[in-house]
Amino acid sequence: MVDSIYSELSTDHRHCDDLLGAAENQVHRGDWLSAGKSLQDFLGATLRHFEAEETVLFPAFEMRTGQAMGPTRIMRTEHEQMRALFEDLRRDIESRDRGHYLGSSETLLTLLQQHNLKEEQVLYPMADRALASEVPELLQRMRADRPA
Amino acid sequence: MAGRQQKPQTAAGARGAAVRMGTATLSLEQAPPISVPLRFFLTAPLFAIAAALALLSLGPAVWASRWSAGALAVTHLMTLGFLAMVMIGALMQMLPVVAGTPVAQARRVGGMVHALLGLGTLALAGSFLAARVPLLAPALALLALAFVVFIGAAAGSLVRARAAAITVRGIRFSIGALGVTVCLGLLLGVGRSWHQPLPVSRLTALHLAWGLLGWVGLLVVGVGFQVVPMFQTTPPYPRILTGQLTRAIFVTLLLWSSAQCLSGHLALAHESAPALACLLGLGYAVFAVTTLALQQQRRREMPDITVRFWRIGMASLLACTALGWVGLCRSQGVPISLEFTWGILAILGFGVSVISGMLYKIVPFLVWLHLQASPSGRGKLPNMKQIIPERRVYIQFWLHLAALLLLAGAAWMPRLLAYPAAAALGFSNLLLWLNLMSAWRLYTRILAGGFPG
Repeated sequence: MVDSIYSELSTDHRHCDDLLGAAENQVHRGDWLSAGKSLQDFLGATLRHFEAEETVLFPAFEMRTGQAMGPTRIMRTEHEQMRALFEDLRRDIESRDRGHYLGSSETLLTLLQQHNLKEEQVLYPMADRALASEVPELLQRMRADRPA
Repeated sequence: MAGRQQKPQTAAGARGAAVRMGTATLSLEQAPPISVPLRFFLTAPLFAIAAALALLSLGPAVWASRWSAGALAVTHLMTLGFLAMVMIGALMQMLPVVAGTPVAQARRVGGMVHALLGLGTLALAGSFLAARVPLLAPALALLALAFVVFIGAAAGSLVRARAAAITVRGIRFSIGALGVTVCLGLLLGVGRSWHQPLPVSRLTALHLAWGLLGWVGLLVVGVGFQVVPMFQTTPPYPRILTGQLTRAIFVTLLLWSSAQCLSGHLALAHESAPALACLLGLGYAVFAVTTLALQQQRRREMPDITVRFWRIGMASLLACTALGWVGLCRSQGVPISLEFTWGILAILGFGVSVISGMLYKIVPFLVWLHLQASPSGRGKLPNMKQIIPERRVYIQFWLHLAALLLLAGAAWMPRLLAYPAAAALGFSNLLLWLNLMSAWRLYTRILAGGFPG
């Protein structure tokens, strides 16, 4: 299972988790400069991940399964909810509002994790099965959108 | 909702249709309305308060025997009224997420099961405490119906779930164990109600083991494999555990039960039962030690109340295993205080701790999530730490720990500690209830008129 949607995108989830965790630890310690940088890294990596899914994986999945209103619609909605929380985090870093940042970060972490859980438990395995022969090409296209 | 999603939205080729056949039942929406899980979560602490009131009114007498009416009433108020109440509510919420298959008719099933379980638990506790009132038969009927409806609905969801998901396997074993627990409980109840001669102590041992080490334990292990790494930001559990542990525990429980049943007739069964019980303890000890070790490696530096509750839970699980082994080594029976301590550690120390830790994540998140999706969600919303303020959660945590220690102490010194222990249990659960209610009140207030800031 080296080249599967599941393995590639799950690994990317863990990378984003680490960056979000680093930013939170730095805010907790009061190291605002590093926190700002970690948050930028997290936002960059996560937005690229969302975009790769929304422009490459989800359309391919919807085409193949005819489920435009199915799982991918929910995933897009959750991406939007997270984008709103990203704004909160940015604002909190600017205003150095530690308490609010930590609360927003907790909320985002929970939303992000249950989102990842659904993708890793349900959507990616479904996509790997449904898109079998197209997977290598899709991964190529997603990597192009999402430089390492 | 599921039906709507199964209809193709765009023209798809023959191959797409074939894929659709295989995936039609898998969808990610269908989170039930917030009222479905919350009614269970907000009711559970009330049953623990009722248990505390029973302990207060009965005083040290409860502690004379685990077969005393008071002890049986309190045990079932906690296991059915608190543990099962929250676990069923959480499963109704969780199945769509971890298994990709929602519980059909969640609103109706949730409402029915909640009412039947609540009334059945009250009637059962009443039947123990007021033996002259004929409450046992209605209690058995209500509880039987509650569990038939719930297990039927959950099974309907689980047969459609993707088998490979690690949590799904744990949930399947756990619900299987719930079925066994309920059957044994009904058998005991029927025997009691109609004065039938039954091997009560052996059946009770089985009922208790399938309830605590099967239904509760397997659900915590199966769900823990998923939620501890994700929400407590630890490394993942070793693959050998996630792949094998829930199955190994379930099979050991089956073998131990068979050995228990045959031990009067078969020397081999008589001799192997203690070894199998040791093995069961070992399975849970491995889970507890691994969880504690993983929590040491968590990536977040910020203190997390859920992690603390889980640590108490895992420490209690280890203590249960140790006490179980001590009990097995004793040749002349187990002292009553040891039995009580084991039960308190298993129910309150393990079950209630782990569940409380989860509730403090699930309830604020659900409130946030449902507000987000509501028309009021366009304005500024409180985040999870504003929905239940952390300070009050920490106070409740310390009260819970005090209740646990005092109750374990009361098992050995009932005259001295029976009342303080009961009071601590009551206050701890009153604060848990107030904390959860404050989240619900905030939710309804925002829906009515916006976030006050």
